[in-house]
Amino acid sequence: MTAELLIFYFMAIMAVGGAVCVVLPPFGRNPLHAALALLVSFFFVAGIFVMLSAHLVAVLQILVYAGAVMVLFVFVVMLLNLKKDELKGARWTPWKVFGVGAGLVMFTKLALAVVVVTEGETPVNLAAEGFTGYGGIHDVGAALVTTYLLPFELTSILLLVAIIGAVLVARRQTGGAS
Amino acid sequence: MTGVPLSHFLVLAVALFTIGAVGVVTRRNALVALMSLELMLNGVNVAFLAFARWRGDALANAAVFIVMAVAAAEVAVGLALVIALFRHNRSVDLDEATRMKG
Repeated sequence: MTAELLIFYFMAIMAVGGAVCVVLPPFGRNPLHAALALLVSFFFVAGIFVMLSAHLVAVLQILVYAGAVMVLFVFVVMLLNLKKDELKGARWTPWKVFGVGAGLVMFTKLALAVVVVTEGETPVNLAAEGFTGYGGIHDVGAALVTTYLLPFELTSILLLVAIIGAVLVARRQTGGAS
Repeated sequence: MTGVPLSHFLVLAVALFTIGAVGVVTRRNALVALMSLELMLNGVNVAFLAFARWRGDALANAAVFIVMAVAAAEVAVGLALVIALFRHNRSVDLDEATRMKG
C-alpha cells in the first residue's frame, strides 16, 4: 500500500465521518455541532481535491464553503438561538428507518456500478500530455472567460438574484398582512 | 499521482452523496437538511473532478467553480427561507411547515 493510498483513506474516512456526524441524530441534533462536523467534512474534501490536482478548486472549497457558507450557517444558528425544547429529539420512526435503508441500497448499487465500470481505467499522465498548469488559476480562469463565458456571466446574475431574494425573503415585514 | 484508483474517488463521491440524501429525507430540522444538501453537492463535485483528472479535461474545473457558486446562492436563499419560516412558525421543523399561506 503506497503512502498516497494511505493519505487518501485517511482523508476519505474523515470526510465521510464528518458527513455522518452531520446527519446522525446524536451528533447532529444541535445544529451548531452539525455545522462544525460539516466543516471537518469540507476540509477533508478539499484535501481530496488537491489529490485530484484541482488546486484552485481546493482553495475555493476552503474559502467559499468553509469560509462563507459555514459562517452563514453558524450565523443563522446563533441568530435563531434555538432552545432545547424547540430542538425536538430526532426520533426513529419507521419512515426514517426506511429512508436509511433506501440510502444503503442506493449506495451499494452505485458503488458496485462505479467499481465495475471504472475497472482498469488509468488517468492521463498530466506531465507527458502537456497539462502543466492543470487545475491552476491560469487554466481554470482562461476556461471561465472563453469556453464557459456565458455560464460564468449567468452565474453572476444568479448571485445577484440570490442576494436580492435573500434580503426580500428574510426582511421583517412592515405593514400589510404579516 | 496515480496511486489511487478512480473507483476509490467515485465510491467516496457516492458515499457523500448518499449520506446527504439520507440526511435530506430523514432530518426534519431545516438547517440540517440544508447542510445535507451541501454534502450532496460536495459529493457531485468529487465525482466531477475525479473524472476530469482521469480524462485530463481542464474545463471541468471551471464547471465545478460554477457548481460552487450555485451552491453558495442556494445556501443564501435557503437560510433566508429558514429565517422567514422561523419568524412565522417559531420553529425550524419542516414537518410543521405545512401551510403555504402567509
